[in-house]
Amino acid sequence: MKFHGVSLHRKLEKNMGLLIFGILFVSSIGGLVQVLPSIFQESLYTATENSHLYSATELTGRDVYIKEGCHVCHSQQIRPLLAEVERYGPYSRADEFVYDRPFLWGSKRTGPDLHRIGGKYSDAWHEAHLIDPRSVVNNSIMPSYPWLAEWQAADVGNIELKMRALQKLGHPYSEEDIAAASDEIEGLTQLDVLIDYLQILGTGFQGEAE
Amino acid sequence: MAELTKEVYHDGVVKRLVQFSIIWAVLGMLVGVWLAAELLWPGLDFGQFWLSFGRLRPLHTNGIIFGFGVSALMATAFYSVQRTSNVPLFLPQLAWICCYGWQVIVLTGGLSLLAGWTSSKEYAELEWPFDIAITVLWVCFAVVFFGTIANRRIKNIYVSNWFYGGLIIVIAMLHIVNNLAIPVTIDNSSSIFAGAQDAIVQWWYGHNAVGFLLTGGFLGMVYYFLPKQANQPIWSYRLSVVSFWAFTYTYIWAGPHHLHYNSIPEWVQSLGMVMSLILLAPSWATMINGIMTVSKAWKKLTVDPALKFIVLALAFYGLATFEGPMMAIRSVNVVSHFTDWTIGHVHSGALGWNAMITYGTFYFMVPRMMGVPLYSVRLANIHFWLALGGTMLYIIAMWGAGISQGLLWLSIDEIGELSYSFNEVMAGMVPYYGLRLLAGLIFLSGTVIMAYNLFRTMYGRNTVAVSPPEVIDDIKGTAHNPDAVMGVSPDDEMPSAGKGVPA
Repeated sequence: MKFHGVSLHRKLEKNMGLLIFGILFVSSIGGLVQVLPSIFQESLYTATENSHLYSATELTGRDVYIKEGCHVCHSQQIRPLLAEVERYGPYSRADEFVYDRPFLWGSKRTGPDLHRIGGKYSDAWHEAHLIDPRSVVNNSIMPSYPWLAEWQAADVGNIELKMRALQKLGHPYSEEDIAAASDEIEGLTQLDVLIDYLQILGTGFQGEAE
Repeated sequence: MAELTKEVYHDGVVKRLVQFSIIWAVLGMLVGVWLAAELLWPGLDFGQFWLSFGRLRPLHTNGIIFGFGVSALMATAFYSVQRTSNVPLFLPQLAWICCYGWQVIVLTGGLSLLAGWTSSKEYAELEWPFDIAITVLWVCFAVVFFGTIANRRIKNIYVSNWFYGGLIIVIAMLHIVNNLAIPVTIDNSSSIFAGAQDAIVQWWYGHNAVGFLLTGGFLGMVYYFLPKQANQPIWSYRLSVVSFWAFTYTYIWAGPHHLHYNSIPEWVQSLGMVMSLILLAPSWATMINGIMTVSKAWKKLTVDPALKFIVLALAFYGLATFEGPMMAIRSVNVVSHFTDWTIGHVHSGALGWNAMITYGTFYFMVPRMMGVPLYSVRLANIHFWLALGGTMLYIIAMWGAGISQGLLWLSIDEIGELSYSFNEVMAGMVPYYGLRLLAGLIFLSGTVIMAYNLFRTMYGRNTVAVSPPEVIDDIKGTAHNPDAVMGVSPDDEMPSAGKGVPA
């Protein structure tokens, strides 16, 4: 009984270079056919009126969100399902995320989705909730973040360099935006900027483009 | 041939990697247990930022995957590649650099996660300085591994080495592409991909870190240690060839099932789903090949702890690789996505498959390398039952939690209102989370017992010197390796591969 694949394999398993090439070739096909076209799909990277360009404070707040690992327990992705739309608001669209580097859709909801949390609660509620979640939500298992009220927003990375890097990647920040960035976050705590970020989440959505 | 017999396998580095792997297993699982407890008692972070759930969870996953998992993969790869190539490691000093360099990366990387340095991408959280260090170390690993194969005295490259080779090559590709970013500060960078595209690239990486590291690499362990321990050749050579290439081709496509109903193109989701279902075939082909290999040695299962662990691992491999494709079906995923079902699925793989097979290889290698019997077979048997019980309890608790979350979140009453608030659903999780904590404790206690058992076996001893067996030229002028375990099925003629299994 002759099976072509096996006889080809017998050549590969005697030649290490061919084997390495074979593995590289076979394993890259999926990425080339499936991932690469998505990288060139215009609708996945073109900004629309639904896309929100983060300000210096929001961007810093977003980095606080990442640093504390909020995305570990909260998704930012509302699926187009009746129950999800009722619970969280309009389902998420790709054009809402074109300025999200990295994406923060998450993979687990130990807490509720946050994609449209912006404007749903007052700043004071968020402050109380972040410092002591159980003071406002009975039997919540969210950690408390008292240190955020003490830490300065200016200590999170370097906002000017951050905006320059994003500018290089195509985010339309002007030189004035970047020059004013440090002053914008001066004196704010990490709690302040995190709340600023939470309050704009999902609010840029204007409805369908067409 | 006098010179040949003086050569000895470099097992010192294997022993050290096994020791580090055991330490990371205990620490990583301890962090996991702590996290399980924090979900019941959130005050357990004591107001310390570095004990906060969001920082500790990546430490748990990275510690287990890269500390415990990769150290074990390097150990078993170094152990088996020498014996299947009939030659000591290429550049043993570089192997030692791999060993210690990797531990430095895991340790400092873990601390950086606690400090809040993170790219946020799952299983790729470490920031750019670590990404560069990992790339350099990975190249060293590749040089030692492929260098040893290049020096081999057996014409055929044995099947376990295809899988270890796949691990090294594909993980390198995924790691480099997924971590492409512009560095901002030492602890911060901006991903070159944004939004939906970032999601697609991340899950191409994330799913295949599972595929080629946690599955492919550990299949390398199966193909070497299972036939050795069962003293049987691999059941079907042809099946191993077909399943290897089918596995390598198909796995890469399955990533988008992590993004069902998310804001990515529908064709990408559908393709991901179909390929995930197809993936069941090569996965089960490998499982069947393994189970059939051991089928002539069932009796050994009753007395041999190493074989027990390896065979049980194959059973959980079968379970997880069935559950995975099912969860990749969109209509099932609607329920399972974002819930604890996913956590349960991961642990049926990580505890039932990865940890068990690793334990089996440790119980195999350590007594052989030390030249003494295992310190206590009784303790190893106790460990076996704790590992099995802990894993089962964990999976069942997470099925209960995950399926209830999924169904209750989607539930809508007769007037179209949501039946349950998010808070109500999560308040009902306490019993499940309690069981999960217990399951974790049981599994961890088994691991601690193994650590004690193996360290007692190793304590105060050096590895014994093992030389490559002499190569015997056969009539065709190709080499038979008495230590090679390449199997030949009855209807399957193999040129130049040793059929023998050593005593």
